[in-house]
Amino acid sequence: MTSTERVYPGAITSEGAQELAARGASTAAELLREQGSVLRLSEVAAAEQADRAGPEDETMIINMGPQHPSTHGVLRVMLELEGETVLRTKPIMGYLHTGMEKTGEDLTYLQGATNVTRMDYASPFFNELVFSLATEALLEVDIPPRATWIRMLMCELNRISSHFLFLATNGMDLGAISMILYGWRERDMVLQFFEKTTGLRMNHNYVRPGGVAVDLPDGWRDDVLRLLDALPSRLEEYDDLMTGQPIWRGRTQGIGLLTPEEAVALGATGPILRSTGVPWDLRRDLPYLAYDQVDFNVVVGSYGDVFDRYAIRLNEIRESIDIVRQIVDRMPGGDYRVQDRKITPPPRARIDESMEALIHHFKIFTEGFRVPEGEVYVAVESPRGELGCYLVSDGSGKPYRLHIRGPSFYNLQTLPHMMRGGLIPDAVAVISSVDPIMGEVDR
Amino acid sequence: MSGDPLFAGGVDWVVVAFVVVKALIGFTIVMVGVIFMIWFERKVIADMQNRIGPNRAGRWGLAQTLADGIKLIFKEDLWPDKADKPVFRLAPYLSVAPAFLTFTIVPIGGVFSGGNDGAVELFGRRTWLQVADPPVGVLFLLAMSSIAVYGIMLAGWSSGSKYPLLGSVRASAQMVSYEAALGLSVVAVVLLSGSLSTHDIVAAQAGSILDWNVIATAGVPFAIFCVAATAELNRPPFDLVEAEQELVGGFHTEYSSIRFGMFYLAEFMNTITMSAIIVTLFLGGPAGPVLFGPPLIWGILWFTLKVLVFLFTFVWLRATLPRYRYDQLMDLGWKRLIPLALGWLLVIGAQRIGLDRGWDRFVTGAASLVVLTLAAVALFGAIRVAERRRQSDQFGEVVA
Repeated sequence: MTSTERVYPGAITSEGAQELAARGASTAAELLREQGSVLRLSEVAAAEQADRAGPEDETMIINMGPQHPSTHGVLRVMLELEGETVLRTKPIMGYLHTGMEKTGEDLTYLQGATNVTRMDYASPFFNELVFSLATEALLEVDIPPRATWIRMLMCELNRISSHFLFLATNGMDLGAISMILYGWRERDMVLQFFEKTTGLRMNHNYVRPGGVAVDLPDGWRDDVLRLLDALPSRLEEYDDLMTGQPIWRGRTQGIGLLTPEEAVALGATGPILRSTGVPWDLRRDLPYLAYDQVDFNVVVGSYGDVFDRYAIRLNEIRESIDIVRQIVDRMPGGDYRVQDRKITPPPRARIDESMEALIHHFKIFTEGFRVPEGEVYVAVESPRGELGCYLVSDGSGKPYRLHIRGPSFYNLQTLPHMMRGGLIPDAVAVISSVDPIMGEVDR
Repeated sequence: MSGDPLFAGGVDWVVVAFVVVKALIGFTIVMVGVIFMIWFERKVIADMQNRIGPNRAGRWGLAQTLADGIKLIFKEDLWPDKADKPVFRLAPYLSVAPAFLTFTIVPIGGVFSGGNDGAVELFGRRTWLQVADPPVGVLFLLAMSSIAVYGIMLAGWSSGSKYPLLGSVRASAQMVSYEAALGLSVVAVVLLSGSLSTHDIVAAQAGSILDWNVIATAGVPFAIFCVAATAELNRPPFDLVEAEQELVGGFHTEYSSIRFGMFYLAEFMNTITMSAIIVTLFLGGPAGPVLFGPPLIWGILWFTLKVLVFLFTFVWLRATLPRYRYDQLMDLGWKRLIPLALGWLLVIGAQRIGLDRGWDRFVTGAASLVVLTLAAVALFGAIRVAERRRQSDQFGEVVA
């Protein structure tokens, strides 16, 4: 140890030390958790296990992240390695913590969507949607059908763009570097439509309590149809490049196995849960918006491995394309937001003509609208799983408490279970297949 | 340097001057080749990925490599506190030197057909178009690629950092095992040519295209050599040693400035050299039809074209294939390539003996193929049994 090296005490939380400690310094419970054995072993086997810890000088504790090319942002994973075999894993987060939930308590409900949209930055519409749905549930307003269908349209397109992002990074993490550019290219086609509609490529603040910010632009139908016509052939190219590729299959099949029991017990949702064969999709099982009026399949896997999670997302893009086609065919006319001047601002032209409109506009944008006292939990199926919003109102113009159930946060818990016994390349594949968005994990 | 007619009349200062100039020219060819290879790789892969690629420095971005090189030279040279400094400094040179030295045994031109020995006449002396022709040419190739392993292994080890260490562990295992496959596939070529000298190997392929070793050995050693060479070069899909997504940068994570540049240089030098070696050993070197004009020019042209095909293929592989996992790579090397190379050596050896003794070609061929098949069945049966045993061990034990 050189003089320049300093020893920092590990951060201590109520759950124990945050960092992965040496075997000898860990309790049996910690060892079990870090080995992902909590659900696999009985108490008796667990006690035995703690005694059987091997000599420490044969293992190496290594930090993967927070700066690492394939930890998707600032996820930090501490690994205990024996050679290249992963013995224990501990995901550590908090490197992107910006206190967005706390900030939300200081913003009006109208401003809230701007705040939450930055949480899961790869699928911003879902954040806005779940926040808006929660607010509307407290307000007990019914939004016009066109607003509902516009929200569905944007969300399904967002699911497509988010899954393209996954395909891009997943390909690159496994060494198929061209995938990052192909995936990005397709994602960009979707983002161009978002930009045309909302003015922004990400963090749109488009879905707001009471409806959406603006109506769809002229010619949106042609834009969407052009998009839908272009994408399926690109997906077939991905099949050529990856799905049928022997090296790809060798790298993904049978890697990062998770059982349905483990997935359910750990609170995993979305493609991770569905890859184990549990057909759980909130769009079908607890329909929100108008998902009960469109036909789609819930894609499930059977092995719970990295390949299943890849294939599920690839095919969910196909399903979403199907849904978007139905939405385009059935988009109703009418208002794109509720005509309740206490909740949504009046049209710009009215402000010049009507004193009342001016006052409403001023009030909404300065102090916001008051929401009746109460609490509510609303969940939607984001590309990563169950995205929930728990909202408590004390009757004022700002939320008393805002909590977001970020699916990535819960999905990260499965890492120790999936990585145990694999090699470093498998660990990379597993992290990639979880597709965590750290903004949502740390909030 | 035994066979070169340059040395036939003893060594005087003209001969020394010849050798020095040839070494300089060889070095220049490789260096310029690297500059263009990096540009070529970036342009081609950009095109495959729907990008433009370098286009700022010089026309079509041709001066990009030069600009990068100058930038690297002027960057601050850092090393980690825990680095073993002498070894840390030595490693890049251990990587670059073998890459160039291997190129010296490649005949880049010369007329070999029609009874010619590939020599050109210059200033009254006759010499071959290669820097050196050691009688142990092929062994020299294997020796140099072994030394290159040291460069990478020591670089990772001396960095005093965990990711480079993992990279160097991978490097030593990977390159040593693929060396075996590489060597065994070359033996088939040596058996056919009857010589270890690269000049003689090229001369033996000078007849028609049927004499090229890729056809004379029925393609199998060629395929094995190509796969093993890719692994030896640490190029995708076998770039585990520097796998960015797994080991950050692998063995060169801690290197910066021109020291990093030298690894980069060595990698591309090796790519060019290995392509040239493949062409020399299997595709007749400069052999090819002479359409018009001096045959010497055509030889060099054919040689360059053949090398370019391989360079393009390496880039193509990088754009297309996912990376192998470490254990899959080892499986491929030890359980597939090495047994196959050994088996094919048996077939070719039987053919050679049959030729000497006047046996029927087809009977020998059929017999050796039968033996080969039986051996393959036995081998893969054994591998299967071993795998099953290992799996039952794993499941029997709960603890990882």
